[in-house]
Amino acid sequence: MSKVRVLVGTRKGAFILTSDGKREKWDISGPHFAGWEIYHMKGSPADTNRIYASQTSGWFGQVVQRSNDGGQTWEPVDNKFAYAHNPGTHQWYDGTPHPWEFKRVWHLEPSLNDPDHVYAGIEDAAIFETKDGGKSWSELPGLREHGTGPKWQPGAGGMCLHTIIVDPRDPNRIYIAISAAGAFRTDDGGNTWKPINQGLYSKYIPDPTAEVGHCVHHIAMHPSRPNTLFMQKHWDVMRTDNAGDQWTKVSGNLPTDFGFVIDVHAHEPETIYVVPIKSDSEHFPLDGKLQVFRSRTGGNEWEPLTKGLPQSDCYVNVLRDAMAVDKLDSCGVYFGTTGGQVYASANAGDTWAPIVRDLPAVLSVEVQTLA
Amino acid sequence: MNSHRIRVELPQHLRTLAGVRGEVSLEVAAPITLRSVLDALEARYPTLRGTIRDHDTLKRRDFLRFFACEEDISHKSPDEPLPEEVTSAKEPLLIIGAIAGG
Repeated sequence: MSKVRVLVGTRKGAFILTSDGKREKWDISGPHFAGWEIYHMKGSPADTNRIYASQTSGWFGQVVQRSNDGGQTWEPVDNKFAYAHNPGTHQWYDGTPHPWEFKRVWHLEPSLNDPDHVYAGIEDAAIFETKDGGKSWSELPGLREHGTGPKWQPGAGGMCLHTIIVDPRDPNRIYIAISAAGAFRTDDGGNTWKPINQGLYSKYIPDPTAEVGHCVHHIAMHPSRPNTLFMQKHWDVMRTDNAGDQWTKVSGNLPTDFGFVIDVHAHEPETIYVVPIKSDSEHFPLDGKLQVFRSRTGGNEWEPLTKGLPQSDCYVNVLRDAMAVDKLDSCGVYFGTTGGQVYASANAGDTWAPIVRDLPAVLSVEVQTLA
Repeated sequence: MNSHRIRVELPQHLRTLAGVRGEVSLEVAAPITLRSVLDALEARYPTLRGTIRDHDTLKRRDFLRFFACEEDISHKSPDEPLPEEVTSAKEPLLIIGAIAGG
């Protein structure tokens, strides 16, 4: 019988939640790496027992952990992320030049067919990779050095590369997103990159349609349609059907289109999920009601999903990497909150129930579907 | 070469990361300085590299402090000799995480 394993990164450690295909009863393991911030954990699609975790601390810096047994035991691997060449400067919040400095790993993206090959998105924004299971990391400097890097500025959470998506049909095509620079694409395995922000409109920057400078919060893709991407920007939900060459706003009837997460149903490439957040100055749900919104039409037409979610006095946030889906026949949808709840729906969002209620603030949620 | 047994006390999170309990005992070749002790510590426990000082610049991480014989030596040259009490293992070298928060 199929199983699911939910990998939860929190402000104070990692938790691993497992259940059978019914997704009613859950075993909870953790905290792993107690007391450390776990920005992200993700398993290899090629070997579900191989999991990587980004473990960070304001005191002790960055550690990367690797498990070969589904998260039961862990070993630290290399934690040195040295920028290639002279990294130069990007812009600081006030527009002055600021040197590139490594701060932490935000996202780890194992490649689709090699458990030893992993991409890492870091702050200050850059993409690294390992091809030896984490024994060493090297930058793909073509991203920072393609020309617009000196214009990039940090968002409120830092200048982080937080999204990495590898095209399942062409592993040389990779999409990434940076707050607050925007989205970028490579078609040659990471040697050369270009901004893909045409169609984005950000009224809070000097040139609202600038080539770079957009605060992209997250991007999602369905593997059967790798040219279609869905984006939750700071404000605005967007989609592209030509690999990012042109974006179109699909916020439609959302009550607010500010938010962080976005994801796609495992079997319906036009069914997408967001969690609307009131505003960029009030990072909590509208009217104290936690609502997931689902569109079955690839955007524009949205329905609130509320059954099982708190509908009063709820003032949590759902951060950008804290939603994921499983691949079971009835698609499971999962998200974690800054209040420490992890909610699950075993019926594509129709009804929800908390798996756990009282974890530390959740930073990331990923799901593995196990045979 | 003349070597000394040096006692080092790590903060809890680094003890966990290194997989040790209690104090660490290291054989360190003279001269016994902060730099030589940290070099020996990282050689013995490679997972600690980058967690106490920067990989390349070897600059102390901002929220860590080094104490010897109740004296904060964080801002002294890492090449100054450590006190005799430390080099003779009467006292440990303390690596302390700053207490921050409300």
